[in-house]
Amino acid sequence: MGRIAALTRNPAMIALVAALAITGCASKKNLNSPGDLGLNGAGAATPGSAQDFTVNIGDRIFFDTDSASIRADAQTTLARQAQWLNQYRQYAIVIEGHADERGTREYNLALGARRAAATRDFLVSKGVSGSRLKTISYGKERPVAVCDDISCWSQNRRAVTTLSGAGS
Amino acid sequence: MKSILKPLLMVAAMAVGIISVATLPARATLELNVNKGNVEPMPIAIPDFQGGLGPQISEIVTADLKRSGLFAPIDKAAFVEKITNPDAAPRYEDWKVINAQALVTGSVSKEADGRIRAQYRLWDIFGNQQLAGEQFFANDANQRRVAHIIADAIYEKITGEKGYFDTRVVFVDESGPKNARKKRLAIMDQDGANVRYLSDGRAIVLTPRFSPNRQEITYMSYESGQPKVYLLQIETGQRELVGNFPGMTFAPRFSPDGQKVIMSLLRDDGNSNIFAMDLRSRSTTRLTDSTAIDTSPSYSPDGSQVVFTSDRGGGSGRSQIYVMGADGSNPHRISFGDGVYSTPVWSPRGDLIAFTKQSGGEFQIGVMKTDGSGERILSSGFQQEGPTWAPNGRVLMFFRDSGGGPKLVSVDLTGRNEQPIPTANYASDPAWSPLLE
Repeated sequence: MGRIAALTRNPAMIALVAALAITGCASKKNLNSPGDLGLNGAGAATPGSAQDFTVNIGDRIFFDTDSASIRADAQTTLARQAQWLNQYRQYAIVIEGHADERGTREYNLALGARRAAATRDFLVSKGVSGSRLKTISYGKERPVAVCDDISCWSQNRRAVTTLSGAGS
Repeated sequence: MKSILKPLLMVAAMAVGIISVATLPARATLELNVNKGNVEPMPIAIPDFQGGLGPQISEIVTADLKRSGLFAPIDKAAFVEKITNPDAAPRYEDWKVINAQALVTGSVSKEADGRIRAQYRLWDIFGNQQLAGEQFFANDANQRRVAHIIADAIYEKITGEKGYFDTRVVFVDESGPKNARKKRLAIMDQDGANVRYLSDGRAIVLTPRFSPNRQEITYMSYESGQPKVYLLQIETGQRELVGNFPGMTFAPRFSPDGQKVIMSLLRDDGNSNIFAMDLRSRSTTRLTDSTAIDTSPSYSPDGSQVVFTSDRGGGSGRSQIYVMGADGSNPHRISFGDGVYSTPVWSPRGDLIAFTKQSGGEFQIGVMKTDGSGERILSSGFQQEGPTWAPNGRVLMFFRDSGGGPKLVSVDLTGRNEQPIPTANYASDPAWSPLLE
């Protein structure tokens, strides 16, 4: 618990931990994918691999409380995502919308959905084909940061662009 | 609605083997006016019931009445008369000296066919008379139910209102770390006994709600990947997807006649609208059509209106409570307090709407009249939400997370009687059943 709490105070650290976890999954799924050579360290990800996307592009954006507006910093991330996704068209994409715990369960399911849709719409506006994009809301049911204060809530108000495997 | 359901209820009562065979009504002088602002709990004496199972049964009766906050069971050590024949009139003077307003005597015995026979008598000490007497037969498995039925009978005889002890609660059992919480549907008696699991925890399940017929629940599950609303038959375990909608469906509740499920449907633009689906004809009716989050619909008990939340009023996240006709007509806002409102639930009595309110960094559970006036906060905390009504409309259950994970709590309409509901694991999203009868 103490270790997790320490990690969650550092957004960069938590992003990296999450990135490694996600890449771990992706590499299992795509063992035969030539682009995916597994964990070679952050900078060494093979271009076009899921690891490359998560670590070098950034798979998630964050939102203000109760908002689904794409912030300026998030627009930069999404523009980078769109460029990458347009280059590597073999991936199908699921955008997960999440909320922090400071709302009720049902409202947060709706808010997570709104965030996922706003993220999808932004990627489409940058040329990513809508047919590759699906959305899902987890409301507040899947927090990445688990403390009970603002430092965690801001990490949990997120939309995560996940590569659901080679769509080819 | 009651009259339609009555024949079904009788059958259900027969099926579980609890039959009331004798009632001996008498004129009531003993009364507890639960509508007064400040109710003093009534001192009541409940000696151990006679028979081998007797003390177990009378203990459950005592616990039910005590938890209601309306009764103050007297310490057995203070009793002067030792009850040896529960059918004989007590020595009223012996109970007056310890200020017992009411006395409950009873016995429990085994019949030759294996069933339990439980009987009780309720005595009005200062009226020097018997107020009620009933006996019940039950299968072994229904021991605790017999106790709850006796507690309900005493509650009703003294307060003039229906009890709520012979009821169950469906909820989400939560275990494991916060970022990988396992969530299972579970059902238990209202006092936390007899827990049974209804799902295996592989998929996230949320917001279970009882059907008025008590036999099924509607809930939301991620089992297909996309979050969707399902029906579950409690006894058979049979599951069924509700409707064939393209997007996420969530926040389901039954109509008071049990024929419809009302819920939110996600639109492609990321907003959510409210739909009702007729479970027989499978036809759907759209009730709202707005570029807003419209969710948490709940019918009035006569089925004519629906309360829900919406952020249509503008201002990001300013979710407020609205009421509309059951056909979607005339939606109008009723909450105007300082805060964000969610999870409105119409009282089974029809007079109040319970809600969750976020205000000043706190989560509050409160009630307001159906026109939005008379708002009262019953409970405040760091994180708590999701009230559900006891069938008599006097008690709410909700879930509270004080750090670590959620637990269930009940509070009565005075706001002064808060009780934890014991569960083995963390627990959330409670939904109270109607009286089992």
